[in-house]
Amino acid sequence: MRGCSNLGIRSARESSILSSAPCPPDQAARVAPRSPGELFVAFTLLALQGFGGVLAVAQRELVDRRRWLTREEFLDAYSLAQLLPGPNVVNLALTLGDRFFGWPGALVSLAGMLLAPLLIVVALAAGYRHLADSAVVAGALRGMGAVAVGLMFAMGLKMLAPLRRNPMGPWICSALAGATIVLVGVLRLPLLWALPCLGIAGWLIARAILARTALRP
Amino acid sequence: MSAGFAGADLAHLFGHFMMLSLLSIGGAMSTAPEMHRYLVGDRGWLSDAAFTSAIALAQASPGPNVLFVPVLGFQVAGLPGAAAALVGILLPSTLMSLAVSRWSARRRDTLAVRAFTTGLAPVTVGLMFVASWVLVQPFVRDGSHILGASGLIAMTVLLMLTTGAAPIWLICAGALAGAIGWV
Repeated sequence: MRGCSNLGIRSARESSILSSAPCPPDQAARVAPRSPGELFVAFTLLALQGFGGVLAVAQRELVDRRRWLTREEFLDAYSLAQLLPGPNVVNLALTLGDRFFGWPGALVSLAGMLLAPLLIVVALAAGYRHLADSAVVAGALRGMGAVAVGLMFAMGLKMLAPLRRNPMGPWICSALAGATIVLVGVLRLPLLWALPCLGIAGWLIARAILARTALRP
Repeated sequence: MSAGFAGADLAHLFGHFMMLSLLSIGGAMSTAPEMHRYLVGDRGWLSDAAFTSAIALAQASPGPNVLFVPVLGFQVAGLPGAAAALVGILLPSTLMSLAVSRWSARRRDTLAVRAFTTGLAPVTVGLMFVASWVLVQPFVRDGSHILGASGLIAMTVLLMLTTGAAPIWLICAGALAGAIGWV
């Protein structure tokens, strides 16, 4: 992506895996957060919208709305975040904050992601008994749950776009995604084992393909 | 809160959750069975129902799912327990994440790191579809709300793909539809 301007993002991925491709349309419009304070506000707002999972909201806010990341960068950052120990979205916030502003960025992103939701959940834990029995509350939670399903599914569909530009090609990508769905979704293997196995398989295949394409003139 | 919960117990809780932090690949929820064994079975600090309600509560409130961990700590030992559990589960994984992401950012042009992100991308997308499948299970099992839920899911997907709407409006609409009994 050498043709695209850096836009002042430190350690931005000027030459990524897609360095041979022209600038994708969403790359040109990418912007950077102006200050750690803006990171804190952004992560607080997205964490507070995260009912039934923060990931889909994070993709929406960071990629589609604020344009701090492209879809490819989001997918790369999240792939790493989920393979590391720790909560995936918290790892994602940490690495993004660190990429933009170093240590202080990582800390404010972490604080933004956790502080406000922590106060809410502890307050709820203190007064939970009164809410649990209400049919209206149960119904509202059910409705929010259904929306969470839709958010997650829509994000999966959106992430198919960067997958189309993956150097491994559509067949190998489909096979790896399919194997993941079968092992984790259908057979219910523990993620602790399934994820490293799938990760190593994907890494070996990608390594072989990238090495071969690099040899070609 | 259990009676006679001493400072030594708090330190034990903190140490145990630090260890679990390094095992929590795929998210803190993957260590929930081990936390259950430790808090309910081994130590007897929590009842089965209290454990389950902590997870339900964290999933019903906004924010990352890892917040079920401080709720467990809160039920065991109040605010100090919440702090010990949260810092314990986050500190080791946070330091490791930062170290590894910096290491890989410095080497992002090497074959090994490029192969890592290239090879893992389809697995990540596969897991997103698995996650939506897991989230839809309560509606499939229950059955009585499947029609309203399907409508709400379809509307959410459509609006997310075609408009720039913020998720919070959809979540509010979902809460409203559920509260008046449509879902």
